[in-house]
Amino acid sequence: MAATERLRALLRRAARRALSALSARGARLAAPLAGLLGGALSSVPAAAMTLPEDAAEAMYHLYDGGGVTAQGPALLVRKSLMDKVTLSGSYYVDAVSNASIDVVTTASPYKETRKEFGIGADYAYRDSLITVGYSSSDEPDYKAQGVSIDVAQEVFGGMTTIKLGYSRGQDDVGRKGEGFFDYAKHWRYRLGLTQILTPRWVATLNFEAVSDEGFLGSAYRAAQVFGALVPERNPRTRSSRSIKLGAIGEIMPRTSLHADYRYFYDTWDIKAHTFEIGGSRHVGESFLIDASLRYYSQSKALFYYDNAPTETLYVSRNRQLSTFNSLAPNMRVTYQYKQVPGQYEIKGHLNYEYQYYKFKDFTDIRTGQLYSHGAHVLQLLVTATF
Amino acid sequence: MNAILVRAARALAPIVACVGVSLLLGCSPIEPWVKPYERERLADPIMQLQRQSLVAKHNEHVREVREGSRGANGVQGGGCGCN
Repeated sequence: MAATERLRALLRRAARRALSALSARGARLAAPLAGLLGGALSSVPAAAMTLPEDAAEAMYHLYDGGGVTAQGPALLVRKSLMDKVTLSGSYYVDAVSNASIDVVTTASPYKETRKEFGIGADYAYRDSLITVGYSSSDEPDYKAQGVSIDVAQEVFGGMTTIKLGYSRGQDDVGRKGEGFFDYAKHWRYRLGLTQILTPRWVATLNFEAVSDEGFLGSAYRAAQVFGALVPERNPRTRSSRSIKLGAIGEIMPRTSLHADYRYFYDTWDIKAHTFEIGGSRHVGESFLIDASLRYYSQSKALFYYDNAPTETLYVSRNRQLSTFNSLAPNMRVTYQYKQVPGQYEIKGHLNYEYQYYKFKDFTDIRTGQLYSHGAHVLQLLVTATF
Repeated sequence: MNAILVRAARALAPIVACVGVSLLLGCSPIEPWVKPYERERLADPIMQLQRQSLVAKHNEHVREVREGSRGANGVQGGGCGCN
């Protein structure tokens, strides 16, 4: 630190000397300009970006609700090479048993398995961290591939981190018994800002624009027009924007509180608000407890109808595009099983979330009542960092 | 007329210069006010919401396939929305 201060003072003096050679009027401006130059130089970051830790993670995940059960294992391994590059590989399985309300009222329940693998690399150079990734997801009637690049840059002495990201996805869409018949393309652009406010508070701002083109619905889902079931018809393009603002702070020793708000809108006329509030606390030497509550609310897409009263070019009865809200309390317990400082650390995690969805314009055809359902989301995880 | 304008400009010049200098002075002294050695608390796990990428990815997937909205959660998207 002392060396940095000396260098800064030296640069300020040099800048003043150079500027004092200017005319008398110019000299009046020299001092503030030198100050500005010194200020700019002082924003040269003092700390470099660090690579993600070497880690191995194994997870069992479960979603159970609304007639759908999706579960399976997931694995992640991350290892650094020469402290400059980190390579990672992941594998994720989703075994889905689907007897959701769509399926039981308009089709037959089914089971299928989705497998996804991903590889990635992180490269740290001074105050920048560059991450590239590739992922491939495979199921009998849907194949997806994606590439992404993200750059994080620390500025202003490490007080501010700017992140820029881009993802590109390409999917093949199929139907059982018919094969692949269409495609979907996706583009995602991310911008993030993290700002240290005080030694205890950090604020974040995230923005993401997503564009899609191609077949953007389900090959199996039916819409309802004049009470009759017809295949859904979705637009072939969609573009959305979302912005999220959040803050997290240590409100008392070993305890933090966070709050987030996200606003979303898209070209299908969906608007959504997401609020989340939560806290984290160390309990004893080995436990870390997190609790949060998330409230989500959205308005329907222009072409969403529970039962369309007129023929339109586009029509959908996908309840994901309907007017609904959801409430989700979440609880996480992290147990530090073993720690050898400077060598390795093994932790066990139990995450549980209950989600309650309440639909405002989607009826259960069997009862004529507005539909609602609960869901359990569970993650059991063992992580080792070394 | 021109002479009046020139005189007015000369009279205003120091004021404009002062305002400009004040603005520059206003910019220059801002320095990182939380020093690196004061950031120890920010590195605590309680200050990081997305501690495991597998968990963040699963949560993101569960929501993206059920909600009309997506994005701005700081998680890289991927896969398909079929379950």
